Amino acid sequence: MVCEELEAKLDSYVDGEVPEQEMRTFDAHMRSCPSCSADALSRVQMKSAIHGAGKRYTPSAEFRKRMQQKIAAKPRRSFGLGWTFAAAAAAIIVIGALTSAYLGTRSGKDQVFSEIADLHVATLASSSPVDVISTDRHTVKPWFQGKIPFAFNLPELQNSEFSLLGGRMTYLEQTPGAHLIYDVRKHHISVFVFQERSLQARLDENPISPKQLPFTLETWTQGGLRYFVIGDASAADIDNLARLFKAAV
Amino acid sequence: MDLQLDSFEGLAMPLFDQLYNFAHWLTQNREEAEDLVQETYAKALKGFSSFELGTNFRAWMYRILRNTFLTSRKGLKITMTVPLDLEDEEGFDLAVEHATPETVLLARSSHELVQSALDELPLHYREILLLSEVEEMSYREISEALVVPIGTVMSRLSRARQTLRSRLRPHLQQGAGTLAIAKGTNHGL
Repeated sequence: MVCEELEAKLDSYVDGEVPEQEMRTFDAHMRSCPSCSADALSRVQMKSAIHGAGKRYTPSAEFRKRMQQKIAAKPRRSFGLGWTFAAAAAAIIVIGALTSAYLGTRSGKDQVFSEIADLHVATLASSSPVDVISTDRHTVKPWFQGKIPFAFNLPELQNSEFSLLGGRMTYLEQTPGAHLIYDVRKHHISVFVFQERSLQARLDENPISPKQLPFTLETWTQGGLRYFVIGDASAADIDNLARLFKAAV
Repeated sequence: MDLQLDSFEGLAMPLFDQLYNFAHWLTQNREEAEDLVQETYAKALKGFSSFELGTNFRAWMYRILRNTFLTSRKGLKITMTVPLDLEDEEGFDLAVEHATPETVLLARSSHELVQSALDELPLHYREILLLSEVEEMSYREISEALVVPIGTVMSRLSRARQTLRSRLRPHLQQGAGTLAIAKGTNHGL
């Protein structure tokens, strides 16, 4: 009787997938039944032969290195969740911004701020918000070389509350620029850098105080470059990051 | 949770060798295996925020790899010619062969024979045998990786083993001299 019962479950038995009580019954039976134990033995040996034969291919060292470089220092999970929350905010802001643009009630200056805000939230909502993922400014800065028609300095963040998450290329009014994302106490702050002369027609005031934006925004011109610092962090945090940038130039 | 373990790299890189092995078995080509692994990691990284911590990361990675393969040109070709749920079709019944130790006991030296038999197996048998015997996944883990019920895992695995055994048998009989037939041993039990 045990033989019949066992035969139907022999695979599960050798895979260790039968309940403990049943396992003990079968174990005891194995010790006294040569037929069942030979059958089980052949199955275990077949498993073992496949185990050995199946470990057949190993990746090349070159491929391993390439993959390691690709996924090294990728964002942690909590970072990813941040984008998810930002997505909800993004949807609201983008709809709001689009409505405003449609109504055409904003001045040219406010439209630039609105575009900056859109770039900020749309990027945070993206599943891959940054193209160069690194906390090291010496990695991020060279990445922009050859991608944008100007150079700029990134501040040293040691002993500050800010951390660099990465960067990407961006466009404002068909003008290429740099978009950097920083983190401070779970808030994400975007820093945009463009050539001032490319934006002259739209922004002739300096400094500019943003109006009716759901973010804190600070902007200034320095060395021919226009900087925007925007985020939902406190005005003090935005200002501190702006100061670091001003000091880095 | 440990921050290091919580990172994608910390979770995914330890699986690199085994995912590559599995990918190479599926594609049967080094270049395609590399492309498949690369695409799997890119997709996994992109979807990492939707991965539920505490659930089986390994099964999740295998699921992505397999789905990526099945939607590739080669994968589609295979699925179009061989129904994946062959064992669920009526009329398909593999004769139950009562294995005797003389015919199926395999020694460790028979790697090449088993490898070519695995190569010739239909994809759905090859992959389930690899997940069970090489990756040593539990039935539950396999069911998560292949997205099939546990009952299907059990029946498919059983049929895969029977098929492999029946295909190996003639070789074993012909080449009995070159294969060390394990008799009177009890290791593994």
